Amino acid sequence: MKLDAHIPDGPIDEKWDRARFEMKLVNPANKRKFRVIVVGSGLAGASAAASLAELGYAVDCFCFQDSPRRAHSIAAQGGINAAKNYQNDGDSVYRLFYDTVKGGDFRAREANVYRLAQLSVNIIDQCVAQGVPFARDYGGLLDNRSFGGAQVSRTFYARGQTGQQLLLGAYQALSRQIHAGRVTMHTRSEMLDVVVVDGRTRGIITRDLITGKIERHAGDVVLLATGGYSNVFYLSTNAKGCNVTSTVRAWRRGAGFANPCFTQIHPTGIPPHGDHSSKTTLMSESLRNDGRVWVPRNSGDARKPDQIPEAERDYYLERIYPSFGNLVPRDVASRAAKRMCDDGFGVGPSGRGVYLDFGNAIQRLGKDAVAAKYGNLFHMYSKITGSNPYATPMVIYPAPHYTMGGLWVDYDLMSTIPGLFVLGEANFSDHGANRLGASALMQGLADGYFIAPYTVGDYLARVGKSNVTTDHGDFERVEGQVRDRIDGLLSIKGSRSPDSFHQALGRIMWDKCGMARNRDGLHEAIEQIRALKDEFQQNLRVPGSGTDLNQSLEKAGRVQDFLEFAHLMCTDALTREESCGGHFREEYRTPEGEALRRDDDFCHASVWEWQGDNTTPKLHKEALAFEHVHLATRSYK
Amino acid sequence: MNRWRAFFVSTIGSKIVMAVTGILLLLFVLGHLVGNLQIFLGRTALNDYAEGLRKLGPLLWVARIGLLAAFLLHIDAAVRLTLRSQAARPVPYAKTRHSATTYAARTMVVSGILVVLYVLYHLMHFTWGWVAPQAFALTETVDGAARHDVYGMVVAGFQQPLIAIVYVVAQAVLAMHLSHGASSLLQTLGVRGPLFENVKNYVGPAFALLVFVGYVSIPAAVLLGIVK
Amino acid sequence: MNLTLHVWRQKGPHDKGGFETHRMSDVSPDMSFLEMIDVLNETLIAAGKEPIAFDHDCREGICGMCSMVINGRPHGPEKGTTTCQLHMRKFRDGDEITIEPWRAKAFPVLKDLCVDRGAFDRIIQAGGYVSVNTGSVQDANCLPVSKVAADAAFDAATCIGCGACVAACPNGAAMLFVAAKISHLAHLPQGQPERHLRVTAMVEQMDHEAFGHCTNHFECGEACPKDISVENIALLNADYAKGALWAARPKQLSGDG
Repeated sequence: MKLDAHIPDGPIDEKWDRARFEMKLVNPANKRKFRVIVVGSGLAGASAAASLAELGYAVDCFCFQDSPRRAHSIAAQGGINAAKNYQNDGDSVYRLFYDTVKGGDFRAREANVYRLAQLSVNIIDQCVAQGVPFARDYGGLLDNRSFGGAQVSRTFYARGQTGQQLLLGAYQALSRQIHAGRVTMHTRSEMLDVVVVDGRTRGIITRDLITGKIERHAGDVVLLATGGYSNVFYLSTNAKGCNVTSTVRAWRRGAGFANPCFTQIHPTGIPPHGDHSSKTTLMSESLRNDGRVWVPRNSGDARKPDQIPEAERDYYLERIYPSFGNLVPRDVASRAAKRMCDDGFGVGPSGRGVYLDFGNAIQRLGKDAVAAKYGNLFHMYSKITGSNPYATPMVIYPAPHYTMGGLWVDYDLMSTIPGLFVLGEANFSDHGANRLGASALMQGLADGYFIAPYTVGDYLARVGKSNVTTDHGDFERVEGQVRDRIDGLLSIKGSRSPDSFHQALGRIMWDKCGMARNRDGLHEAIEQIRALKDEFQQNLRVPGSGTDLNQSLEKAGRVQDFLEFAHLMCTDALTREESCGGHFREEYRTPEGEALRRDDDFCHASVWEWQGDNTTPKLHKEALAFEHVHLATRSYK
Repeated sequence: MNRWRAFFVSTIGSKIVMAVTGILLLLFVLGHLVGNLQIFLGRTALNDYAEGLRKLGPLLWVARIGLLAAFLLHIDAAVRLTLRSQAARPVPYAKTRHSATTYAARTMVVSGILVVLYVLYHLMHFTWGWVAPQAFALTETVDGAARHDVYGMVVAGFQQPLIAIVYVVAQAVLAMHLSHGASSLLQTLGVRGPLFENVKNYVGPAFALLVFVGYVSIPAAVLLGIVK
Repeated sequence: MNLTLHVWRQKGPHDKGGFETHRMSDVSPDMSFLEMIDVLNETLIAAGKEPIAFDHDCREGICGMCSMVINGRPHGPEKGTTTCQLHMRKFRDGDEITIEPWRAKAFPVLKDLCVDRGAFDRIIQAGGYVSVNTGSVQDANCLPVSKVAADAAFDAATCIGCGACVAACPNGAAMLFVAAKISHLAHLPQGQPERHLRVTAMVEQMDHEAFGHCTNHFECGEACPKDISVENIALLNADYAKGALWAARPKQLSGDG
């Protein structure tokens, strides 16, 4: 596997211009002869499908939900960053670039991040033109809010539903192209494999989730925009259907998987309420602006929070990080909460929770002011927990939220398999080891609206039309493998449901490869995953058949891929012997217990090549050079 | 012409047709009420009014045809839309729990059919004179000429409690139909905005009450002997 | 707590469905409604039966995938709440709960509680967008939008496309869904150039999809998990009249460009 990032030469602010100029173009009349397959209809997928169709390509877009509008991008709350400097507070493309590289703990590619910052301004223009109802001030101009990891106000937002509004904008652009006949939309279709012929991606195999029909789709190029893998933890803020299947399947066909151990655990989730919890719900990061985090000073204190006097409370973030206090970055806040709970200070029924207290804010600002700022979040919290956060502190606990790792891509967003492009959260490129708030939406849309439409064209212009049809022997072979796999799942006829395996896997991953990892734990996890995989092969029960809507079968396939992926994730975590961003190795910390990055040995992206079932994958490294933002330790004390 | 057709067959277009014809029918109901209430001014006043109407001649026919057209368009749209909506839910719910709709809104079809039947009966009674031919034949002599005695006919009709009850019940059904219809047509015609948001829902019931009290006052007055 | 569930089971679109009764014990009041169904499904699998098929995804009330009529009300008894955000503490020990799919000809049942809402997508495809290609745009702040208009647009744009409005409507009408998109774009300057084309195209598609008509019951507004106002329907009606009858429009409507 050769890792060439194809970063254009020249000064960083000219690289993207230069790249675009050097691209080969497809004759407008020839574009409709090329078939582009887009898997996923979230921000990255929908925007790419729409933009490519506008250019004239024949696009096929796939999603497993009943409509492209349901993709999980819709759940993003906070906002989207853009270096517009509308607030005149000194923002610039360079500053957004700098903040993102630093926030990512120096594990992202500078050239990509710079381009992302450049494109951020175009995204806002595009979305406004589509009719996305961003928040406005009384003069009718766009409003901004502040977000973590930045000292300027550059986050554009649509109340607490920015992701929804941006996705609907992309969905509508996509709908327009479907109507024009340039995009064929395949809903309730799950991609189950990639077909590679002569070293080039030629299409995919899908399953129609209603009829169970296995279908072959040939294309000149395939774009994966299938999101992240937080559901490897079972409980995460992701939607239930989010899965790793498409990227794992591509990995098995030769695409490098980069930095799988980089996962983001968001500090303010609503903790699970027992064995039947099916997900964790996120409470916006903005709550930490006024809420104070604390635990009882005495471990095992069973009193109600309002009966614990001030002197017996430990406001541990304010204590440990006096200068940033409750506003430390996500990874730091999450780890501190875990430490408190591990040491026995946790609260709530499970002992896995800390208080987020608005008592002071209510006293200081009044209940109405607090309600005006956070009313909808308080409402959501009380709906889920049945407790009133105006009277009793919230109980929160970190929750898996976003994954920075993904398929390795070059500057053009192409994976190590020619013709296989990877967009949005599914790729690894721009956030390094930790993503800043309001950057995920920015990256998904930059990839889809403004990068892939050019780079895909360049690829097509260079390689020409694929002459491989679905009759090709390789299509038949891969389809056969997909069928065998489904038949295999159905024929085990054991006694455990797919969900119970998923839950068991989630517990292993959360305990051993979650917020903090260590060598012994990761070794144990790998052993446990192996055992669970074996049990899965022998004891899985999938009722029903493969020829109709069978949600157990869908889950079983996804869990099988999560099992395989979990192994890879632990292997990567074991190999990365340093702490950086969301990856915290307990062996590598400063005397004060903070993350200890080891730039001499690990200033690279770890890219894993599949070597076969039950064979350790092969590690490749893409060295990262920091020419503009100099390597430095983050400190929040 | 294509445009009109598209408009008339669309659901919203049909609803707008219903609303506009509904307004015409409402105006008729109001006008008719104002005419009828002249019974309280005495025999001469009411009969003058009735004779005046007849003397309109061709104009009267224009009004009648217009009214009939509105009525038919109203019914046509109602039938088409109702069939459509019935087909829109082939499998009914085992359990339904309403939270916003009213009894009047849910029974528009039934009340509509009853109103049609009532109108036919009313025409048979007072226009064609089939129900009570003797009363219909009553005349009043003014300046030596005999003219139709509408006043006498009405009083004779409502002095029979059964007929009076039929009219009162029919008015209740009509009022129910109007209470939804008059509010609903504002929404259908796109009336909106902060000024109207709450008003809309009260317009119908208020209008219905007015019509009900107005019309029922006549048989009530006859039965109570105020008008004789 | 203990509950008795009557759940609609239907093998496929062309099969006849019926109710199946399940008794649930030890249901935690902290569970969400869908988690309660998860538990039931696990017991069904353990007993070798097929679990109940139901649509769900984000489980935080925003994706619009969940779709159950619970005791005669779409998304259940709590106002402004999707099924996934409904919690069992809203029920009492011993309750009988009837669970049905959205029922509308335009939303055929695929299996058990899953329905096909493709009709909504086709309505949006007919015109629920601003025709702007990627890249051909001006600076975002060149187009001031009053806060009032932006807020009104946003309120309408929060529609999650779940279909509860159709499910709740005694006529199976999709007016609130269509009105929400019409209103979102009609309140913004970006939506003006195509305003009247959009409304006629979307209404034409809506009628084509076998939805019923609006008789102003306003059940849709009550059932809407995002509390979208029925005032938007008045706007839709007015815009449609204008668009259909007297607004100038080109001969051919299409989404290309």
